[in-house]
Amino acid sequence: MNKRMIARTLGFILLAEAALLLLPVFTALYYQARFPSEDNVLFEYLATAGIAAAFGLILISVRPKDKTIYARDGFAIVSLGWIVMSLVGAIPFTITGEIPNYLDALFEIVSGFTTTGASILSTNGGGAPGDLSALSHASLLWRSFSHWLGGMGVLVFLMAVLPLAGGGGDIHLMRAESPGPDVGKLVPKSNQSARILYLIYTGLTLTEILLLYIGHHCGTDPNMDFFTSVCLSFGTAGTGGFATRVSGFADYSHYSQTVIAVFMMLFGINFSIYYLLLCKRFKDAFRDEELRIYLGVLGIAVALVTINTFKTAFTSFGDALHHAFFQVTSVITTTGFSTVDFNQWPNFSRVILFLLMFLGASAGSTGGGVKVVRCILMLKAAKVGARRLSHPRNVTSVTFNGKPVSRDTLNNTTTYFIVYSAIYVTSVILVALDPNLTSITSVVTGVAATLNNIGPALEELSPTANYGFLWPLSKIVFIFDMLLGRLEIFPLLFLVMPSAYKRHFRLHKPY
Amino acid sequence: MKIIVVGIGKVGQTVAEQLALEEHDVTVVDTDPDAVNDAVQSADVIGVIGNGAVQRTLQEAGVADCDLVIALTGSDEVNLLCCLMAQKTGGARTIARIRNPEYTGQIGLIQDSLGLARAINPEKEAAAEIQRILKMPVARNADMFSMGKVELISFIVDENCLLCGKSLSESFAHIKARALLCAVERGSELTIPDGNFVVQKGDVAAVLIPTAEVPDFFRQIGFRTSNVRNIMIIGGGKIAYYLVKSLLRLNVSVTIIERNREIAEKLSLEFPKANIIHGDGTNRSLLLEEGLTHMDALCSLTGIDEENIVLSLFAKSVAPQVKTVTKVNRTAFQEVIRAIDVGSVVYPKYTTANLILQYVRANSKRGGNGGDVQKLARIINNRAEAIEFSVAEGSRVIGKTLTDLELKKGILIGSIIRDGKAFIPRGSDAIHAGDSVIVVTITQRLTEIDDILKD
Repeated sequence: MNKRMIARTLGFILLAEAALLLLPVFTALYYQARFPSEDNVLFEYLATAGIAAAFGLILISVRPKDKTIYARDGFAIVSLGWIVMSLVGAIPFTITGEIPNYLDALFEIVSGFTTTGASILSTNGGGAPGDLSALSHASLLWRSFSHWLGGMGVLVFLMAVLPLAGGGGDIHLMRAESPGPDVGKLVPKSNQSARILYLIYTGLTLTEILLLYIGHHCGTDPNMDFFTSVCLSFGTAGTGGFATRVSGFADYSHYSQTVIAVFMMLFGINFSIYYLLLCKRFKDAFRDEELRIYLGVLGIAVALVTINTFKTAFTSFGDALHHAFFQVTSVITTTGFSTVDFNQWPNFSRVILFLLMFLGASAGSTGGGVKVVRCILMLKAAKVGARRLSHPRNVTSVTFNGKPVSRDTLNNTTTYFIVYSAIYVTSVILVALDPNLTSITSVVTGVAATLNNIGPALEELSPTANYGFLWPLSKIVFIFDMLLGRLEIFPLLFLVMPSAYKRHFRLHKPY
Repeated sequence: MKIIVVGIGKVGQTVAEQLALEEHDVTVVDTDPDAVNDAVQSADVIGVIGNGAVQRTLQEAGVADCDLVIALTGSDEVNLLCCLMAQKTGGARTIARIRNPEYTGQIGLIQDSLGLARAINPEKEAAAEIQRILKMPVARNADMFSMGKVELISFIVDENCLLCGKSLSESFAHIKARALLCAVERGSELTIPDGNFVVQKGDVAAVLIPTAEVPDFFRQIGFRTSNVRNIMIIGGGKIAYYLVKSLLRLNVSVTIIERNREIAEKLSLEFPKANIIHGDGTNRSLLLEEGLTHMDALCSLTGIDEENIVLSLFAKSVAPQVKTVTKVNRTAFQEVIRAIDVGSVVYPKYTTANLILQYVRANSKRGGNGGDVQKLARIINNRAEAIEFSVAEGSRVIGKTLTDLELKKGILIGSIIRDGKAFIPRGSDAIHAGDSVIVVTITQRLTEIDDILKD
C-alpha cells in the first residue's frame, strides 16, 4: 500500500473537518448571547477544530514518493478517513459535557456521519446531560450537519474542491465512498463529477430549507424556525434522521411533514437522474429502470400500509395516507424520521417497514440499505438461473437499462449479498448477548436499522426510545454496523483482512 | 476538448489515457463491458457500452456537443461508418483508423469523400518509423520535422564517441556539422544540457540536425555510418508489408521469414524481388543458414513481444554489428526493456497515439485558428517532447532575440526553419513571422508557440 499517500489524504480530510467545524463555531457565537446557558461550547468547538487542523497539517507535510493509488489504497483511505473523522467529530460532545461518555459521543457522531440517525440521547426533557434537551444549538447543528456531509461523502467533497490523487486514482476513492454496485461518473473528469454532485445536492438542500422556512413564515408551523429548517433539511438531504426536539416530529404541521417526506423521496433517487434532467435528457431520465422500480415499490408500500393502518391506527383515511407516506419514504430512503410511533402499528405494516429497511434507496443517492439496483440485479440473475433449470443450455444475458450487465458486476453483487448476510447474522448474535434487550424483535430490527443506516427500529428501539441503555459491546457492534452499512462493507472489511498488510510486491529501481 | 474514443483495444486504451492526462474530457465507447470498465478504472474517463457506429450509442456518449470522434475499433468498415454517423449526428471532426493494406491506394479518396480529419494507419506509421531508424544505423529512434528538413535522432553514447567524457562546449568546438544536443537521459534523470554538461558513456542523447548534415555529424563524432544494404525481417505481418514495399524501392535486399505458408505465398506474389522464406523465425539454425550474421539489420516484427526481444538479443550475441529493431506491442514493461540492450524498440501503439495527440494539440488551441502544431514527436521513451510550431503574425515570440525571450523552465528552442532552410539558432537570432520553430521540452505541455514564454 502507498502509506505516504494514505497519510497525506487523511491529512486533507482532517483539515477539511477542521474547516467544517467552523460552522458549529459560528452557531455557538451567534447563540451565545441569546442563550446564557450555551456560553461554554464556543471554545470547545474551536479547540477541536484546532486539534484537527494541527494533526492535518502534520499529515499533509508527508511527501509521497509515488502519487499513484490503487483500489486497495482507495479502500484504506476511505475507511480510515471515516474512522478518524468520527473519532475527532465526537470530541466536542464529550468536552462540552453534553454527552459525558466518549463511547456514546462516538456512537452519536458515527450515527451522524453514516446518516443513520440512531441516537443514544434520551428524550425526557429537563436538560440533564445525555438528554436531547441539554444539547446546545451548536451541537444540534453539528449533529445534523454530519448527516449532510456523510450523505454525499467527505472524500467526494474533497475531490470537488481539490485534486486529490489526480489522474485515474480519484475513481478508486469515489468508488469506495459512493453507494451502489457500479459507480458511474456524470462527466469524464472525476473532480467535475464531484462538483456537479455537490451542486445538485446543495441546490436541493437549499430548496428544502426555503420551503420549510416559508411554511414557518406564513404561520402554518410555529415550531419550524429557521434553525430547525436548516437542521432538518441537513438530516433529510443526507437521509440521516436526527431529530432536534424531544417531542420528535409530532409537533410539526402537516405542511412541514409533507415537504420533508417529498424531499426524503427525492434524496433517495440516484443523483445522475437529476443530472440527466439538467441536461434536458428527460426521456433517458424517466426510462431509468431503478427509478421506476424505486417509485413503484414506494407507491405499493404506501398503499398497503395506508389500507392496513386505516381504522386500526388512524381514524381518518387522510391521516393514514399522510403518515403511511411519511413513514414508508422515511424507511425506504433510510432516513428514519418519524411523525408517529410506528411501533404501535399493526404487525403487517411493521413487517413491511422492516423489509423496506433492507431494500434501501437507489444507488448513487444519499440513502443506505442494500440498494434497489442490487435487488433488481439479483432477481434478474435468479430468473436466468431458473430458466436454465428447464433449458440447461439456455443463454440469457442479464440486462439493466437495456445494457448487458458484466459478469464482474453480477459476481460482486452476489459477493456483497453473502458478506452482508454474514455480517447481519454475526451482529445479531453479538447483540443478542446484551441483557438489556429482552425481545428478539428489538435485536433483529435494531441490527437492520443500523446496518442499513435507518435509525429507529421496533419495540425497545422504537422511534420513541433510544440506544443509550445498551451494553457497551452492543454499541460497538452498532458503530461498526453503521460504518459497514454506509461504506458498503468492502472498504472497511478490507482493513481487517491480513492481506491488506502483506507486501505483495516491492518495486526495484531498474538496474 | 470533448473527445469520444470508439473501440478500446490496445491502441484505444493508450490514446484515451494520454488524452485524459492532457486534461481533455474523454468518453470511451466499446461493445465489451469489461474493456470499458478497465478503461474507466485506469484513466479519468467516462464509459459507454455499445456499438459506436450506432447513432443512439453516439448520442448517449454526447456526440452532440463533442469536438472530436476517434474510431479505433478492429474493423476499418465500422470505423468509417462510425465517423460518418458522428459527423451526421453531431458535426464533430473525426479520425478513423484504416489499416487494411488493400485500402491504402484509396485512402485519399476515402478521406475526402467522407470528410475525415485524419485517416490513421498504425502499421504504416510504424513501418515508416522503422525505416527512419534503419536509414541511420546508430540511431535508436529518429523523427523528421518540417517535411524531412530536420531530424531528431537519439543514440547511445559509447566509449568510442568523441563526445564522451568532455563538456559540450569543448567537443562542439571541433565539430563542423551544425547540430544541437537537446536532451540527455542518464539513468532515470533527464536533462536539457548546457555548454558545461559533460556527456558520459551510456547516456541516451537526442540531437537535432539538419537532414543534409546527419552523416557528417555522426562521422565526426566517431560513428560508422555505412548504409544498410541487407535486411532480415522476421514475421510477415502488416508492418512488414509496408516496410518491405518502401525498402524495395530503395534497392535494399530483403529477406523475410514467415511461419504461415499462405501469408508467405501472398508476400511472394506481392514482392517477387524479396527473398521470402517459409519457416519458423525462432529456429536458430534457420536464421544462421539464411545469413543473419552477414546482415546489416534485423527487424523482429512477429506478433509476440517476447519472441521479438529474444530474437534481437540473439542477433546481438552472434553478430554485434547487426542493427536490431524490435517491435513491442505491450507498453507496460518499458523500464525492463530499456534496461537491456535490445537496440531500437518500436511501440506501434505510441506511434498512433502520438499522431492523434499531435492532431489534438494542433486543434485545441484556446484562440482556435488551429494549425500551430505542425508535428509532435515524443523522444527518449516518451519522456520529452519535440514540437514544431508554425509562427503566425502577432505571436509574442516575434521580434526579440532568443536571449531576450523569457522562456519557461525546461524549454529549448532547437531549430528554426526559414524560407525552406533549417538552422540551429544562436542567442542573437530572432524568430520571424512565417518561420517554423522546433521546441524541445521535458516539463511543459505546449499547444501553441506562445506557451513557451513565461506569463
